[in-house]
Amino acid sequence: MSEAALELRQVTKRFGDVVAVDRVDLAVPRNRVVALVGESGSGKTTTGLMALRLVTPSAGQILLEGEDITALGQKQLKPHRRRMQVVFQDSYASLDPMMTLGEIIAEPLGIHQVGTPAERREQAQGWLEKVGLDGSYANRYPHELSGGQRQRVAVARALILGASVLVADEPTSALDVSVKAQIVNLLQSLQEQMGLSILFISHDLSVVRSLADEVVVMLRGRVVERAPTDRIFAAARHPYTQSLLDAVPVVDPSRRRRRTFLSAEEIAARTPRVRPHELEAPPPVDTAEPQLVALAGSHFVEAIVTERAA
Amino acid sequence: MALVEIDDLHVSFSQHEGLVQAVRGVSFELQAGESLGIVGESGSGKSVTCSALLRLLRVPPARITARRMRLDGHDILAAGNREMSALRGRVAAMVFQDPMTSLDPVFTVGHQISETIMAHRKVSKAEALEQAIALLRRVEIKNAEAVVRYYPHQLSGGMLQRVMIAIALSCEPAVLIADEPTTALDVTIQAQILQLIKDIQAETGMGLIMITHDLGVIAETVDRVLVMYGGKVMETGPVGDIFAHPLHPYTKALLNSIPGQKPGKQRLVEIPGASPNPARPPNGCPFHPRCPMAIVTCHQATPPLETKRPGRQAACIRVEAEMALA
Repeated sequence: MSEAALELRQVTKRFGDVVAVDRVDLAVPRNRVVALVGESGSGKTTTGLMALRLVTPSAGQILLEGEDITALGQKQLKPHRRRMQVVFQDSYASLDPMMTLGEIIAEPLGIHQVGTPAERREQAQGWLEKVGLDGSYANRYPHELSGGQRQRVAVARALILGASVLVADEPTSALDVSVKAQIVNLLQSLQEQMGLSILFISHDLSVVRSLADEVVVMLRGRVVERAPTDRIFAAARHPYTQSLLDAVPVVDPSRRRRRTFLSAEEIAARTPRVRPHELEAPPPVDTAEPQLVALAGSHFVEAIVTERAA
Repeated sequence: MALVEIDDLHVSFSQHEGLVQAVRGVSFELQAGESLGIVGESGSGKSVTCSALLRLLRVPPARITARRMRLDGHDILAAGNREMSALRGRVAAMVFQDPMTSLDPVFTVGHQISETIMAHRKVSKAEALEQAIALLRRVEIKNAEAVVRYYPHQLSGGMLQRVMIAIALSCEPAVLIADEPTTALDVTIQAQILQLIKDIQAETGMGLIMITHDLGVIAETVDRVLVMYGGKVMETGPVGDIFAHPLHPYTKALLNSIPGQKPGKQRLVEIPGASPNPARPPNGCPFHPRCPMAIVTCHQATPPLETKRPGRQAACIRVEAEMALA
């Protein structure tokens, strides 16, 4: 099957007069990790919530494994929710403090009426072990865990129904350095074992580099660049992507340098110019305004096409 | 004379689950104009160390003891509250992670900067406001005359952190203590704030203590590093040496676990386990339960912080063995 695990087509979200997300196209191919990066206010989290149908888009389509789920009501969505799950940044807020870890992990099975209570308990036990926690943790409570352990529980709960698509919104941002690597590795091995497709929302480009197949960069509600991860790191074209990459601290004191910063106006003024011969496909619209155009190597950038092709 | 002298600092808090030992024998000095990075994860004791230095902890529940703790020659352990108030701001000023909770929402930014200036100097309200505007310009806020009339909620996180730095600089402190000043900020803003702190430090020659969990921030900003874990100093030395040749297994593991150093999708090097619980720290070396080099002695006795090479200290009995392996 060629269709993407998760696809967003021209998705827009308006809050009153504010356009939080502006005609975003995004696809997570099966068994791939796509990173959605941007800073606060870029619309990346709203985009993720729309993909999950936790926020209703103002326009556009959301397709889960080829099926249009944009217009489904909550009841109709329920069977689809088994296939798409979420892990948030703050697992302290997203895990019920009054439930044991075993109950928390098994709860989705109960909601979807899978198995007997005994079978659910057994499955939850199995998932505790799959995410690297001892089975004895089933009777403990969230407050007894460290941040990394809580995030493991959140992952187990998200995946126990056999979801094929996972939206992970800053899942490692609140974690200590030494634990962050554990969670990134856990997501990676589960992704490989289960053939998961992951939309990984993050501002942390270092984590994105070791985890994602493709990177989508958002700025003020719009996708400004999209390319395979290595290409983003080696040959970013958009000035905003370049400034994001440049802002990442270099973990080598011998390579310190004085940084220069681009203002929002300077970034707008430096919109990339692309010549028609560089295009992999004709531009979607015949306009002198910036638009997302296709370059070689599955690389898309918001650019101005300088000359019309003859 | 060193600007900051801390010798064998212990800080504990009595809580219902018992005594939480946040800092367990930390010693270091900071010379005038020097920049020191204190790096550690949550619970390592890095913030508590600096809060104790400025006497920002309530006693009790905190219990602070040290052989010696001095700020610009003043004995912090013996100082009265009045003397401490004078030292804070003038000798050492602090910038915290979250500017929104440090600023008062009902007063303008200009009012809050002037207030600090007037607390330490005999100047009129109008003069203080003039100085506030000059300070905002110094932290590269455009349109400073207008911004002094703004309330905190009208400013972005990056702007607020600039205001906090302006307040910290208002009394020209000999040392600036920045506690995770960029952790809550977007990446591009983080880089700008770090550059600003570095520029001001270079310009004024003030001392800098940068507290952070982020080795990238350390690599970018300071001369010397103190690595903390479980309330103790694991390693200290010049920043270049620490990154190029870490001695302590914890420092090594921490450097190896940083993601995104090489191109390509890959597994990261993890440190197994979790940081120690400060209410129940392990016996011996606090890192031994997670350490690949640990031997029986590491469980039994706490290794002292010793000079292993010129200018380099580490609290590990396995450094020599590891050097032999390498």
